[in-house]
Amino acid sequence: MNWTWFHKLGSPKWFYEISGRWLPWLSVSAVLLIVVGAVMGLAYAPPDYQQGNSFRIIYIHVPAAFLAQSTYISLAIAGVVGLVWKMKIADVAVQQAAPIGAWMTVIALVTGAVWGKPTWGAWWVWDARLTAMLILLFLYFGIIALGHAISNRESSAKACAILAIVGVVNIPIIKYSVDWWNTLHQPATFTITEKPAMPMEMWLPLLIMTIGFYCFFAAVLLMRMRLEVLRRESRTRWAQAEVARQIGRSA
Amino acid sequence: MNPIRKKRLIIIVAILLGVIATVALGLTALQQNINLFYTPTQIANGEAPQGARIRAGGLVKEGSLTRSEDSLTVDFVVTDGDADTGIQYRGILPDLFREGQGIVALGRLNDKGVLIADEVLAKHDENYMPPEVSSALEKTGMLKNYQDGQKETNK
Repeated sequence: MNWTWFHKLGSPKWFYEISGRWLPWLSVSAVLLIVVGAVMGLAYAPPDYQQGNSFRIIYIHVPAAFLAQSTYISLAIAGVVGLVWKMKIADVAVQQAAPIGAWMTVIALVTGAVWGKPTWGAWWVWDARLTAMLILLFLYFGIIALGHAISNRESSAKACAILAIVGVVNIPIIKYSVDWWNTLHQPATFTITEKPAMPMEMWLPLLIMTIGFYCFFAAVLLMRMRLEVLRRESRTRWAQAEVARQIGRSA
Repeated sequence: MNPIRKKRLIIIVAILLGVIATVALGLTALQQNINLFYTPTQIANGEAPQGARIRAGGLVKEGSLTRSEDSLTVDFVVTDGDADTGIQYRGILPDLFREGQGIVALGRLNDKGVLIADEVLAKHDENYMPPEVSSALEKTGMLKNYQDGQKETNK
């Protein structure tokens, strides 16, 4: 197998160029998918026989919760790459993905609470799934805080990578909490391996929204990483030339 | 992969395995505390502590719901198929509450084994369907089969 692409990632300049080519595609597909998914989900999907229209919050809640967990897994992978291969771009990825993941966790928790009030009768319950999700939020806060607290770039990268790797044990706990324990949160409606427990006109918008959220995540992450790469490489000639070109274009 | 990288990777994997083992042992030890509620079978077997505030969860038994005529007090029975627990609650029930629905009630067991609840939460399942489909299924009496079938496929 050819691993050159992987080792090329070690070059910030190469990353900057290749991500510039992907960015427009990702941004356009994110906007298209989210708009189409939201209109289909909010306007055209039929209401649920028990919950009526309040079930529609699923179209935000589930993609956000998926993304919150996937983001954490990617933090851990970036952490391993940073520790083992000493790739600087991995630390940039960890630092820039953590706030997005934290926001997704907040969205999942808030929409869940809004849905929980009419459906369960409570905003918050100390249920295994909900508590594990709250721990995920604090893990994100921990990584963000650690990244800002240590001023030496290299030690901060190491500390954040280790925290990201250790915290990844929380992900299977979130995923399987509904199967391992008695919880108020229902088991997964939507899994990769099985037929969803809802009709097509209900799950199709959910699938579109989920892919849209992933594209949105990728686009925002690349934008943030590109900015951070420029900032860190500000002493190199290519970065200075790129900044000059950007300023020239916008002025 | 060069030896230094290999060594670092092994150290990381070892740390991760250690953390997983620790968390797994901790969660197994806390098993009972993490469960949100006791099932009626557990209560019948005396696994639930007497006098302490506990949660009981199960399906509301068909035909067990009685409302008091002069107050908001309701009595009903939750079941898990094997055992039943009586529940008494005073207050407004959540929208999803009905017979056959999964619920979780928080309260204390009295000496007759009835749970005096001060909070009742409705538990939603993972199945969603449009109202036309559910009423059509209900008309033909297939709703129960459908739900059982869904439960089977989800296992």
